[in-house]
Amino acid sequence: MLVLDNVHTYYGKSHILHGVSIEVRAGEVVGLLGRNGVGKSTTLKTVMGLVRPSEGHVTFEGREIGGLASHHVAHLGIAWVPEDRRIFKLLSVMENLRTGLDRAGVTDAKKKDLLDKVYASFPVLGERRGQAGGTLSGGEQQMLAIARAMMLEPKIILLDEPTEGLMPRMVSQIHEIIDVLHRDGVAILLVEQNVPLTLEASDRVYIMEKGVVRHHAPAADLRANHAVIHQYLGV
Amino acid sequence: MGLPLEQILIQTINGLVNGMILALVASGLTLIFGIMDVVNFAHGELVMLGAFTAATTLATTGNFWLALVVATLVIAVFGALLQVTTLRPLLGSGSRTPQEVALTTILATFGISLVLQKYALWQWGPSARKLQEPITGQFTLFYLQYPWYRIATALLSAAIIGALYLFLKYGKYGIWIRAAIQDRVMAQAMGIPVPLLHTAVFAIGAGMAAASGVLFGPLAGVTQTIGADFTLRAFIVVVVGGMGNLGGSILASIFISLLEAYASLIVSPAQAVIFSFVALILTLLFRPTGLFVPTPK
Repeated sequence: MLVLDNVHTYYGKSHILHGVSIEVRAGEVVGLLGRNGVGKSTTLKTVMGLVRPSEGHVTFEGREIGGLASHHVAHLGIAWVPEDRRIFKLLSVMENLRTGLDRAGVTDAKKKDLLDKVYASFPVLGERRGQAGGTLSGGEQQMLAIARAMMLEPKIILLDEPTEGLMPRMVSQIHEIIDVLHRDGVAILLVEQNVPLTLEASDRVYIMEKGVVRHHAPAADLRANHAVIHQYLGV
Repeated sequence: MGLPLEQILIQTINGLVNGMILALVASGLTLIFGIMDVVNFAHGELVMLGAFTAATTLATTGNFWLALVVATLVIAVFGALLQVTTLRPLLGSGSRTPQEVALTTILATFGISLVLQKYALWQWGPSARKLQEPITGQFTLFYLQYPWYRIATALLSAAIIGALYLFLKYGKYGIWIRAAIQDRVMAQAMGIPVPLLHTAVFAIGAGMAAASGVLFGPLAGVTQTIGADFTLRAFIVVVVGGMGNLGGSILASIFISLLEAYASLIVSPAQAVIFSFVALILTLLFRPTGLFVPTPK
């Protein structure tokens, strides 16, 4: 469904991605592991159209999307939950959700369904729907960022370090929602530092180092073989 | 020498009336800055073009209110075309640095401003055109006859700003605009067509500028420099109110206008503008984020 083929990107003069090739199939959860600064977030941003690949191809359902403006990327069914969450702090929880909900062709009944679903997954968002996004705790903001992405009814969600800085209780809640989305057939490209969570939640895992993919294996294999994880991630 | 209470009250009303028209200009300016980081130096010329369009329409139809609506819509469409042809290419697709965007858009809008001023001079000539006010009645305010029209402009300006506020607060596109003001990249990643939104906001700002030109026209006479006076004050207001902050701009418009109105009790009205500049400088020195914004954390 989503294919990156030999993607190179630059920020100014610094070469960040040196030929990244990754594939995510429909309904699959794919983990992307690696230390800080190896280009995991840049990979997601390149898919989202925020960084233009200088070389290589990004295709979604067979269509070239490399360098496409990000609102067009979103319309194709790709949602992005950025590392720093980037919720609209001055907008209420409900208004944050409406940025994804008020699309052309979404009926009122459909809107209600989508909202009911996220309020069921994240009851706290329902309780705080009128509250400004910036007043939520870090974990609640993360839930809101995921819920906001869900409003787009995406085919794939690009999830960038969703558990960073969260308490263990929140981490397991994020894990649960990944499983729920997986059961619903939404594909996920999960960038994480949390290795155990990634190995449990993913079907397949890519490991990046210095802007390239160094290793690629089914998550089950990596769960059984810690040597590889230790070699690339030092944990 | 003490000042008579009547004079203070009269100047309060003057300040509020001027403040509301100024707020109409400044809220468009601040909205445009807020969403696309463009300082629109051609804003005053949109005020001026609105006034001339209304004068032409009024001469043809004889209906002031129709002229107000026509001028607002025509200049809004003109603003949209201006944004698409000149600013959109400069805003780019995120490949330019903010400094490059700021410099090129300032130069571009300044150039547009010059072109429009000279166009107006060529098209309508140097002498002032009379824009006949639709309401000619007056009422007695202490010792002077105060025109109802001035009160009407304040109320109408307030109504337009109120409508903008409700649109931004509750409308689907209003939420899009507020989201894009806070985080353009994230808004676009949520599927919001931000380039189109920029054009729409520029059109709204242009329309509001035109409306203020039409409302102010009968008070000053329509010349090609009618906008210049506004632009200067509107920039002071936008800085004092906090760049890109709509509520702050409205409060600052009233604050600056009241300040000048009271100042003109002590000094001549031409010197009163000094007080606005002092307010501007003090704001920049001690609270550069603006007077009417919560303290940044």
